[in-house]
Amino acid sequence: MSFTPWSSEAASAVLDTTRDKPGPVLISLQALQNAFGYVPKEAVEMVAKACNVSRADVHGVLTFYHDLRTSPPPRNSVRICVAEACQSVGSQRLVDETERVFGTRMDESNEDVELKSVYCLGNCALGPSAMVNGELIGRSTADALHHLVKAKS
Amino acid sequence: MSIRIYVPKDAAVRSIGADYVALAIEAESAKRGISIDIVRNGTRGALWLEPMVEVETREGRVAYGPVTVSDVDSLFDASFHMGGQHKLSLGLTEDIPWLARQDRVTFARVGVIDPLSLADYQEHGGLVGLRRALTLEQEEIVTEVTQSGLRGRGGAGFPAGIKWRTVMATQSDQKFICCNADEGDSGTFADRMLMEGDPFTLLEGMTIAGLAVGASEGVVYIRSEYPAAYATLNQAIEFARAFGWLGDNVLGSGRAFDIRTRLGGGSYVCGEETAMLESIEGKRGVVRSKPPLPAIFGLFGKPTVINNVLTLATVPAILADGADAYMARGVGRSVGTQVFQLGGNIARGGIVETAFGVTLEELVNDYGSGTLSGLPVRAVQVGGPLGAYLPVSSLNVSMDYESLLAAGGMLGHGGVVVFDESVDMAQQAKFAMEFCAVESCGKCTPCRLGSTRGAETILKIMNGEDVQDNKKLLLDLCEVMTDGSLCAMGGLTPLPVRSAMLHFSEDFDRRARA
Repeated sequence: MSFTPWSSEAASAVLDTTRDKPGPVLISLQALQNAFGYVPKEAVEMVAKACNVSRADVHGVLTFYHDLRTSPPPRNSVRICVAEACQSVGSQRLVDETERVFGTRMDESNEDVELKSVYCLGNCALGPSAMVNGELIGRSTADALHHLVKAKS
Repeated sequence: MSIRIYVPKDAAVRSIGADYVALAIEAESAKRGISIDIVRNGTRGALWLEPMVEVETREGRVAYGPVTVSDVDSLFDASFHMGGQHKLSLGLTEDIPWLARQDRVTFARVGVIDPLSLADYQEHGGLVGLRRALTLEQEEIVTEVTQSGLRGRGGAGFPAGIKWRTVMATQSDQKFICCNADEGDSGTFADRMLMEGDPFTLLEGMTIAGLAVGASEGVVYIRSEYPAAYATLNQAIEFARAFGWLGDNVLGSGRAFDIRTRLGGGSYVCGEETAMLESIEGKRGVVRSKPPLPAIFGLFGKPTVINNVLTLATVPAILADGADAYMARGVGRSVGTQVFQLGGNIARGGIVETAFGVTLEELVNDYGSGTLSGLPVRAVQVGGPLGAYLPVSSLNVSMDYESLLAAGGMLGHGGVVVFDESVDMAQQAKFAMEFCAVESCGKCTPCRLGSTRGAETILKIMNGEDVQDNKKLLLDLCEVMTDGSLCAMGGLTPLPVRSAMLHFSEDFDRRARA
């Protein structure tokens, strides 16, 4: 995934494509994140203006959804399912080993990778499941996830 | 003529290497000078046999699985492209017992057709329901759906026809059909598989709903964890527009209906229908109080039909074959078929569509063949994270709305998650509370704060602190959450907690644990 570096001019252009849609706040924020990889704090006022809502409204939406982030994305993203179906086939063990292999903790990141927990990827008969840079992985092992990240970088 | 070979493109099958298998087959066929045509179908749902490769022969489709890249060479050696015998041979796909004993209605085409081929779709009965609906009055469509007995597959089980009637009868300049594809329950994946494997069925169901209630606009709200389903559905919408189906003039009828998709933001509670409406409107996914019902005051304040993917995807078959054919299946007030999803620690997981009334025992032991680990089954969670944990002694329960309710559980979206005897049920109860704390929208205090206090209290019980008093406190808290929350998030989180305490009390006693 490659992102455009943040600039308010580029952000304006993005908002021009979403501001007139019905219920534009969430899709505007999603569109900004698609373009820049994250939604910087300074975007809040721009979105508020474009969508004709208060900054508080935008802040509320930005902080409600787990997907939206206010800091630049990591080079690699590893999400591990920690919901029931994957728990039953050892997601906790997968989490422990993945933390060890990557040298970072769940819901934290280092310069290389961000580990994040997720509740269900819809792959419940082939768990434990994970997602590496958007690619769904079934019957995951820490080594397989590590291999995928190394192959990309 | 080239030989048709099917390699599923479903996200689950790709997650265990389907793309590599497809590439290997392509490369090997080129090397051997064999002309083949690879079709990327959905999955038949027997995930324990995936990646399952099928070859079209004169006798029918012949299956091989599970196929890995290293098998491809020997498959060609065995002339699998002519249906030859190989150690991975499964025979004719339609004779595989696990699939043959199912009753596929909603999933009839999933895994069979090329998901994005409108020609394939129509060859397999697609658009028959919609074409019939176009000859009927609104009232007649609603009556047909009501008489079929179809109930909401999202979990609540509300009769679809009655909901439609309310929207039809409400006067408004604009109405909406909203499809809830925010399939967040752990252990459920049927919505995803249908959207990836037979997206046109969903579009057809929504179009029929639009004609029935007088709505010209549909919205599908899909969770962001399903990027492949989102992409497939968007593509299907494009094709349906180009075909003259979606748009201002549905199949030349002069009536308008179009569909757009909205991507979720990774919030579980947005699967609750009113939170979903808020999210489509671009706001925080905070639950609304009811009344007013969404059927009267829904999306942007307009009358709105909200149905789950499976509910809407079943409508075309009902219109095509008539209400009676659908009603003939099932038990009591749970008529028709249910798409069960077998997941978790299970040897043979996947999709089992069958009439209501199959027992949990049949699903877990006959279809599922017990646990993946080989250890005995200890608990089964039915109906997602808000569903009850049932012990082995309850496996004889009939899988229908009423029987599960009587057994202290709920059917939910039809997910069945199996745990072996290594599971710690106090830990599972604690997780239910923690999940609620993370995903609560925050509107109702019992849900927002009770979940955190609940997790803390269970931890105390696990540590052996004032166990009796804390258990009493926990049950009291569960009662407050059940009675004092607007939606199922806070209202049903006590279900897994209480069922774990009731059926697995030994896990909540420190001496027994030690």
